Amino acid sequence: MTGVDTGDTAWMLAATALVILMTPALGLFYAGLVRSKNTLNTFMMCIAALAVATVTWAVIGYSFAFSEGNGIIGGFDYAFLKDVTFTPRDGTTIPHLLFFAFQASFCIITTALVSGAVVERMRFGPYLAFTALWSVLVYSVLAHWSFGGGWLIEGGTLDFAGGVPVEMGSGFSALAAALVVGTRKDYGRQALLPHNAVYVILGAGLLWFGWFGFNGGSGFGTGQGSVLAFTNTLLAPASTLVVWAICDAIRGRKVTAIGAATAIIVGCVLITPAGGYVSPGWAMALGGLGALPSYAIVMLRPRTRVDETLDVLAAHGMAGLTGILFIGFFAQTSWNGVSDGLLYGNADQLLWQTLAAVATPLYAFGMTFGLLKVMGLVAPLRVSEREEAIGMDVGQHGEEAYASGEGAILIRPPDGEAQLADGRTEGVPVANPA
Amino acid sequence: MKLVIGIVRPEKTNDVLEALFRCEVRGISMSRVQGHGGELERVETYRGTTVQMGLSDKTRFEIAVSDDFVEPTITALCEGGRTGEVGDGKIFVLPLERAVRIRTGETDHGAVTPVTA
Repeated sequence: MTGVDTGDTAWMLAATALVILMTPALGLFYAGLVRSKNTLNTFMMCIAALAVATVTWAVIGYSFAFSEGNGIIGGFDYAFLKDVTFTPRDGTTIPHLLFFAFQASFCIITTALVSGAVVERMRFGPYLAFTALWSVLVYSVLAHWSFGGGWLIEGGTLDFAGGVPVEMGSGFSALAAALVVGTRKDYGRQALLPHNAVYVILGAGLLWFGWFGFNGGSGFGTGQGSVLAFTNTLLAPASTLVVWAICDAIRGRKVTAIGAATAIIVGCVLITPAGGYVSPGWAMALGGLGALPSYAIVMLRPRTRVDETLDVLAAHGMAGLTGILFIGFFAQTSWNGVSDGLLYGNADQLLWQTLAAVATPLYAFGMTFGLLKVMGLVAPLRVSEREEAIGMDVGQHGEEAYASGEGAILIRPPDGEAQLADGRTEGVPVANPA
Repeated sequence: MKLVIGIVRPEKTNDVLEALFRCEVRGISMSRVQGHGGELERVETYRGTTVQMGLSDKTRFEIAVSDDFVEPTITALCEGGRTGEVGDGKIFVLPLERAVRIRTGETDHGAVTPVTA
């Protein structure tokens, strides 16, 4: 095949699989942070993104993001994967199909991220509709702006692996979603605590692992940009962990495990836009300094009436914004071969980074706010208070995460086994309800 | 001196605790139990297996109180635990023969009266 590099293709196949792993990892991370009665629903919100966002991406999302259009949105050239074949896309050395799959994994994880704002109360049906619409109306548009030939990338905004569409896109949409869907009924009245910190840490660890594909694959090959981003993905979160631990120690005299898990996510997000553009030294500085604004939001948000439940705004929106702006100061042509930041004499870069940091939150917040308001007119977004109290797992899915099986009566024997051993066809209830 | 046993919905546990603290009942034991009291059956499905959940999770409060506190305790359990649907639970009041506070050796009325009261 003309223009296909086997080495690049091999790495991008692996990187795509790594990013796909991030979505179940996020499910684990989120599921550990909610109460046990909502474990499965929270996890399913991430799994649902794997289903819905993949389909919408193939049908139209990819086309809106990556086909020729105007500065705001792409066209219909690649709708239903038309002309997406083995021939590489201009500027890449991997089959177009693989480029599509890699970008699909970004759309999936971003859509799943937004769910963190509405867990423990949003009905599953409307959530599915929301993921379908959001992945096209918000993600595809922002991806076009910063990756697919839209006004930001054409103007000169640098965004290596998705500070604009993935991190700021999800973070500020999450804030809007939390405001429209509203607080959980017990929010601010009872302590609503994470039910399994081990899930949270394991999820964060798997996310970090997957993030090497996310950032390391965003150079679409094995070139210097990819290697730089890959290594920076190790360095930045490590610095964030150190600074976060110090902040925890100063504030509460103890270093917390869920804090550490949060720090890993914040660090990975910080380096996402900047990965291939800043030196390893600056990446470590970004990981350290960038922890502070996110830490502040994580501490202050629960004191407000905004039940942005799993702090997507702090971990993704704020950290993504910090990373995008950081590029404007500290990008170095000697490392990235593309552009310098303000510190190395190019004020223009900071201007374009600032534009991205202003326009993206406005679009993501506004569009998501409007979308959910309209959806709310069609059908209620939330479950009843009673169901919220009993838990989303039983109410929305008819399952429990930690079912004991005690007292469970078989009401339909498995197919092909017409009768139980003693000739009955059904189990015996322990008592007949009056 | 009575032992009040209240069996309530787990999702109402916090409401019951709040109500008990408001009427100054302290000295509470609480445990998670499973029971069946005639609620409408809940059906769950795991792959090909569909089951009726014959036992529901409940929270069981055990509260030993002096006679003056019996009515406030019952009122608190009712207020905190009621949803109006089948399955809200039950309250049992039992006579209590003896009570001893281990720390001081106080018995009976002294033992079931909160230190701060």
